[in-house]
Amino acid sequence: MLELQNINKYYNPGTINEMCLFDNFSLSVNKGEFVSVVGSNGSGKTSMLNIICGSIDIDGGKILINDKNITRMKEFERNKVIGRVYQNPSMGTCPTMTILENMSIADNKGKTFGLGRGTNKARINFYKEQLKQLNLGLEDKLNIKVGSLSGGQRQAMALLMATMTPIDFLILDEHTAALDPKTADLIMELTDKVVKEKNLTTIMVTHNLRYAIEYGNRLIMMHQGNAILDKNAVEKAETKVEDILKMFNQISIECGN
Amino acid sequence: MGIIIGVLEQGLIYGVMALGIYITYKILDFPDLTVDGSFPMGAAVTAALLTKGVNPYLALLVSFLAGAVAGICTGLIHVKLKVRDLLSGIIMMTALYSINLRITGKANVPIFSNETVLENSVVNSVFAKIPVFQNLIVALIIALVVKFLLDAYLKTKSGYLLRAVGDNENLVTSLAKDQGRVKIIGLAIANAMVALGGSVMCQQQRFFEVSMGTGTMVIGLASVIIGTNIFKNTKIKPTTAVLIGSIIYKGCVAFAIWRGLKATDMKLITSALFLIIIVVTMDRKRKVKGNA
Repeated sequence: MLELQNINKYYNPGTINEMCLFDNFSLSVNKGEFVSVVGSNGSGKTSMLNIICGSIDIDGGKILINDKNITRMKEFERNKVIGRVYQNPSMGTCPTMTILENMSIADNKGKTFGLGRGTNKARINFYKEQLKQLNLGLEDKLNIKVGSLSGGQRQAMALLMATMTPIDFLILDEHTAALDPKTADLIMELTDKVVKEKNLTTIMVTHNLRYAIEYGNRLIMMHQGNAILDKNAVEKAETKVEDILKMFNQISIECGN
Repeated sequence: MGIIIGVLEQGLIYGVMALGIYITYKILDFPDLTVDGSFPMGAAVTAALLTKGVNPYLALLVSFLAGAVAGICTGLIHVKLKVRDLLSGIIMMTALYSINLRITGKANVPIFSNETVLENSVVNSVFAKIPVFQNLIVALIIALVVKFLLDAYLKTKSGYLLRAVGDNENLVTSLAKDQGRVKIIGLAIANAMVALGGSVMCQQQRFFEVSMGTGTMVIGLASVIIGTNIFKNTKIKPTTAVLIGSIIYKGCVAFAIWRGLKATDMKLITSALFLIIIVVTMDRKRKVKGNA
């Protein structure tokens, strides 16, 4: 279980540009939940993910994972139990390393990176199987560099790599935003499959309202650092894209744009 | 003939240093100026030890370790004190100048009468019949051993992580590893190899001179760029390419001197060559951008 308690976050504190993003923001995500998060730009979606992962510091409040306070834990330490896929496909893979090498380092997450052989030959078949379920033909290209793959292929690999080892949380940061509609659908289906198979607690930020409605079992809408909408699985099932769109428009009018 | 052997010999010795620069420049993507200090540091340590009668092979090892310490310092300045990469290197490079003088006690240390890794009773007896090739073959063996060890290291888990950190720091953090630590390890290995090159250089030319490190970065970088660009689309490993690049570089310098330039023009030749190499290799990138 993940809990954000009374989070305060200011940007540019002490200057005339000071902006309070989160003022006493709290959120709890239960085990097994797949939360879709929507909201306009600057509403705090990505900041929330960054706060959970430790990419940015907070000015007040507590972050708990399974009742353990991780507020002071460094980003890389938190990542032992967190897998993250970014909007930019090149963030989740190493372009100058081969597919096989990328799979190997992902497989070794949480263990020590010592002087043993980098690629465990006995695992190659397992990697091939994993790549095969992507249906992108990557299993036959183990020795080509990831840098020469397309964005969609890289993002698919990034998803595989982020979820290869046992993790408690999967953080998806607009991970389909940079892809064409067809590839985005494919990645989204794959995401859903992986999340269900591994029963991962997931937080997905997306601008695609259809994905937000179709996938997951909880829906949150963020606005000016608050969750102005929080629908559970039952309520979410009855929600349509139009309803969300209507809310979006209302917010925009309030903001004057 | 003598010139060719000299070029190969020097190229291979500088090649050891260039392999270190390959790690920082190509793998870590870290413009590390520490090498201008760690290369003569290896030489200083060696000169100090040899004049005290220490075994030359031990001197190689101690130089290697001394270089690693210098690299760790640069890494700590960059990672822990958050100083920019270029500045961290400059700070260490400047500090090492004085440290090197402290190690040797004076700016010039000749080691003419001592045994070295290139010339000692054992090696001499092995090469009794072909003394002309003695230094070259020993230099070749040292360069190849370093190259193969580096190749092997880059295939380990730790080596994968090192390659990953230069490629995509973010992924290293995602793998729950401290990217700062990986960088420090990389800088340590790189500078250790540079100092090792300095140690061999000192033993080959049989003296230490405090300013012998000036331009190390440029020479090493030129070798790396020449090598990796020539063998870009081939199956030749980048580490091999760097060694060959270093030999080609030394060949160009020898050619310039043979055409009438003086040895005192060395640094001018170095920078002119480096400029040519950078411009030539950059040209392609510009074209690609123009067409995109």
